[in-house]
Amino acid sequence: MNVRLIALLICLAGAAFAQGFAGLGTTSDGFATPQRGHALQFPADHGAHPDYRIEWWYLTANLTGADGRDYGVQWTLFRSALAPEGGTGWRTPQIWMGHAGLTTPDRHFVGERLARGGIGQAGVTAQPFEAWIDDWRMAGTGDAALSELTLRATGMEFAFDLSLLAEGPLVLQGDAGYSVKSAGGQASYYYSQPGYAVTGELTLPEGKMPVTGQAWLDREWSSQPLAADQDGWDWVSLHFDSGDKLMGFQLRDTRGGAYTSGTWSGAAGDVVPFDDGQLTMTPLDSAQVAGRKLPIRWRLELPARGLDIQIAAQNRNAWMGTLFPYWEGPVGITGSHTGRGYLEMTGYQ
Amino acid sequence: MWRVALSALLSHWRRAPLQLINLLLGLALATALWSGVQAINAEARASYDRAAALLGQNRFAQLVPRDGQRVDQSVFVDLRRAGWLVSPVLEGRIRHAGDWIRVLGIDPVSAPAGLAPASTASPEAFAGFFTPPGLAFAAPETVAALSDATGLPRVEPAEGLLPGVLIMDIGIAQELLGASDMISRLVLWPRQPEFRTPLEAVAPQLVEKAPQGQADVARLTDSFHLNLTAFGFLAFAVGLFIVHGTIGLAFEQRRVMFRTLRALGLPLRGLIVLLAVEVLLLALVAGVVGVALGYVIAAALLPDVAATLGGLYGAEVSGSLSLRPVWWGGGLAMSVLGAAVAAGQSLWRLARLPLLAPAQPRAWARASGTGMAVQTGLAALLGLVALGLAQWGGGLIAGFAMLGALLLGAALSLPGVLSALLGMAERGARGVLAGWFWADTRQQVPGLSLALMALLLALAANVGVSTMVGSFRLTFTGWLDQRLASELYVTARNGPEAARLRAFLEPRSDAVLPIWNVTGALMGAPGQVYGVADHPTYRDHWPLLQAAPDVWDRVATGNAALINEQLARREGLAPGDSVTLPGGTALSIAGIYSDYGNPQGQAMIAVDRLAALYPDVPRLRFAVRLPPAQVPGLIRALTTDFGLPRDNLTDQATIKAFSLGVFEQTFAVTAALNVLTMAVAGLAMLTSLLTLAGMRVPQLAPVWALGLTRARLARLELARAVMLAALTMVLAIPVGLLLAWALLAVVNVAAFGWRLPMHLFPLDWLWLGGLSLMAAGLAAAWPAFRLARMAPADLLKVFANER
Repeated sequence: MNVRLIALLICLAGAAFAQGFAGLGTTSDGFATPQRGHALQFPADHGAHPDYRIEWWYLTANLTGADGRDYGVQWTLFRSALAPEGGTGWRTPQIWMGHAGLTTPDRHFVGERLARGGIGQAGVTAQPFEAWIDDWRMAGTGDAALSELTLRATGMEFAFDLSLLAEGPLVLQGDAGYSVKSAGGQASYYYSQPGYAVTGELTLPEGKMPVTGQAWLDREWSSQPLAADQDGWDWVSLHFDSGDKLMGFQLRDTRGGAYTSGTWSGAAGDVVPFDDGQLTMTPLDSAQVAGRKLPIRWRLELPARGLDIQIAAQNRNAWMGTLFPYWEGPVGITGSHTGRGYLEMTGYQ
Repeated sequence: MWRVALSALLSHWRRAPLQLINLLLGLALATALWSGVQAINAEARASYDRAAALLGQNRFAQLVPRDGQRVDQSVFVDLRRAGWLVSPVLEGRIRHAGDWIRVLGIDPVSAPAGLAPASTASPEAFAGFFTPPGLAFAAPETVAALSDATGLPRVEPAEGLLPGVLIMDIGIAQELLGASDMISRLVLWPRQPEFRTPLEAVAPQLVEKAPQGQADVARLTDSFHLNLTAFGFLAFAVGLFIVHGTIGLAFEQRRVMFRTLRALGLPLRGLIVLLAVEVLLLALVAGVVGVALGYVIAAALLPDVAATLGGLYGAEVSGSLSLRPVWWGGGLAMSVLGAAVAAGQSLWRLARLPLLAPAQPRAWARASGTGMAVQTGLAALLGLVALGLAQWGGGLIAGFAMLGALLLGAALSLPGVLSALLGMAERGARGVLAGWFWADTRQQVPGLSLALMALLLALAANVGVSTMVGSFRLTFTGWLDQRLASELYVTARNGPEAARLRAFLEPRSDAVLPIWNVTGALMGAPGQVYGVADHPTYRDHWPLLQAAPDVWDRVATGNAALINEQLARREGLAPGDSVTLPGGTALSIAGIYSDYGNPQGQAMIAVDRLAALYPDVPRLRFAVRLPPAQVPGLIRALTTDFGLPRDNLTDQATIKAFSLGVFEQTFAVTAALNVLTMAVAGLAMLTSLLTLAGMRVPQLAPVWALGLTRARLARLELARAVMLAALTMVLAIPVGLLLAWALLAVVNVAAFGWRLPMHLFPLDWLWLGGLSLMAAGLAAAWPAFRLARMAPADLLKVFANER
């Protein structure tokens, strides 16, 4: 997964969009910056990196209910540092934000939580792995780190409890986990677990719904992932029926251009990153959602893999009306490949 | 026709400018006092509303510790992790330059929208907000007051905050208050997730408290404001006497004109409409002037009121006044309403006036014998109502209703009583002149009765209030002497310092007595529990009203409590009953003590029991006993050797002075209103005498013709006014004492929860009597002077003109 939303730092600000989405384009004085060639260490890097400005634990799941219908689940924990310091107590300059989304074919539920670091209300420990904010929790089972997880979140009128079992290894995005975000060289550390088998239960206003499906976890941290002239992105994580996975994104700039990137993770274990320009994303249909025009159907082309597909929102109203709003929801895939996945769109005014 | 009629009617005021001034002045003064009091009340209430809205207490429910103590912040994390949407608040006080500043620590990140000041909502401000030294927000006046404070975060002004309140990050506040990892309560988000663990399973020590539309303080101060309102109303009523008199007079004097206008074809309805419009216009003009005056009065009194409310109830009231429609609109309405009431009778009479009725101006409002009988009957009825209310009424409203009935009844009975007294004097008079003097005085009573009634009201209120205040002061100072037995009171800044302080003090004094207290719900209302050491300081001095045998021994065992009079009265408790402390422990009551100046319930238990029940009780304050001569030395040792700031030390004399200061302020406003009421009454007297003077010439001329000189007549007029005032004063004293009794035994008990013994102050009466005689003398001096200088020709005209 790529540049993902994070809004925390400015979590109390109303006008944070002056420079890039949610202030991601600001300079990174005092914060560490990702270096090419740095080797990621596990399980330590599953935990928090307080000397980087932003970080997230981002999970999306495409699920099928006992009723045969499609459901989507998003669980995200963001960390944002006001200063590159960890520590405990109220003065710890770390802010945490949780987003939960539950999408049914006809409804979309959103939950949001905010917390200060240092007092135990939210945080991440690497071993045993636990990421939490309030009663939301993503935790490794025993010493399993990220390969076996339980996941829980609650909203005002929904909840979900899921068990996740990884079916393959972690995928390091970009150059061994060093993911470039612009022609100017902005980058982040980025790795994923693209293939979880999921079982669990959704709690909806009308009752409980047992579900099974697939999930995708992204881990990313950086101090300045957006260039100053980039104002939003479109990102997908796709599970093909063939067992292959594709992560792709485009960062739109203010001149109408885009920087694209992606990684193909084959069912056979082959991982191939793509540089700018190889993947193209073309909006097909737009819909009026939450007072703005959003492309809810896309054409994706990746000639190197013979990929030419269309993705369409399963529920076009998957709008995350959070402090920093964006669209995030499950999509169906048709064309040269079939399957399901998740689409995220930010920065649409 | 209409214009001519109107100009004819208005021409009266041109010819009698004094009447116009009287009318306007009376109405304006009445309105001024009323709207001034209302302005003060409105300002105070606005402050309470802001206090209630502080941190959204009026909108958000809260989770508060059952025992009223602080709890560890892990409760907050536990609740959040159990699915509860809550945000922690730490509350405490710091001392700066002798004043207490209320510190509120909040966590803007977990807080529901609308809780934190908007000023924290920028990234820069937010980072600065919780990164030491932090950033605090306060009302502009508090920012100014704290400009020289050290050890505080940077303080920035924010709109809408109460004075004396400092809002900062909870982490900064914990450090400032020496309360690491502690919180006072939790604010509940208005919407909670459906799936969350029950409160009892997560935090059984907390209890949910509904949003409070009104701060506790607004309830506490209700009595104070009712008090002010009652006085404002009294002043208004006194002012209305003037207006009623003047309007009545103006109608009477224009009877000829009315008849002429009617005869010229002006319909009766038209005449009434014109007169009503005239009254309305006058009322509006007077109302505007009155509201402006009211603003001046309120602005002058508000600082005292604010100080009182702050000292007595801990209510922060802004010292600056703003123009609020609720009181200036109310003031105008009262002016119009008052004028309408005053003019109603005259208009009614006019409506029933036969077209060609004899157009003789009668001496104004001269009541017939039956009229006076009706009035006396009404007075008796009101007396019965007052008696009934005293016997069976309950609460503050009944108390004030009783006062109203008492005062009005006394005022209405005045003409009858005066008439009877003067009749007796007349029968006992020897000599023609004396006979004439008494008879003539009696004949004047109806004309002067309104002014005299106003005087009676003012005097009675004065006697009553000064007796109440004097009794209170006497009791209060005696009580202070008993209660503040220790020579020195010290407060440590934090727990470790307190322990060192105690160790420092023990070898240097006779005794070091802890003054530790916790606040919490005491029988369902906010209150405090104090710990008391077993020491002769308490055994010998503490002012007990009721006590069981061996009261102090029983308290020392830890199984019995003392409660204050307020709590005992509110809950109907007596020694032997039991009192439930915050947290649920019930102790039997061993005694009841007087606790003047404290609006809340209070209990005292053995200090060891307090520490056992509330392990987190702040152990910061101590009372120190030592020979008075050693106090300055110990203060020096504490400030220089021990390093305690001077603000944290208070000697007995300072506390007493402070308490008495609060006390004086409490009644400063009452006293000011009293003086103003007296002034209004004096004015009423003057206007009545002035208007009567003109009409009395026909009655005086024959006496002059019989050989009495003008100077002698003038002296007699003066003596008459003084004598009437003296009689009124004599009658006012018992009424005032009844009033004082009602204030002490009914209103104070209902308003404050304490009953005071009544003391009499005859010297004050003498002084007041002298004052009223002087006022009457001054009021009569001008008419008398004019009589003495009246041209004989004017007196002779009486015989020439057939009136």
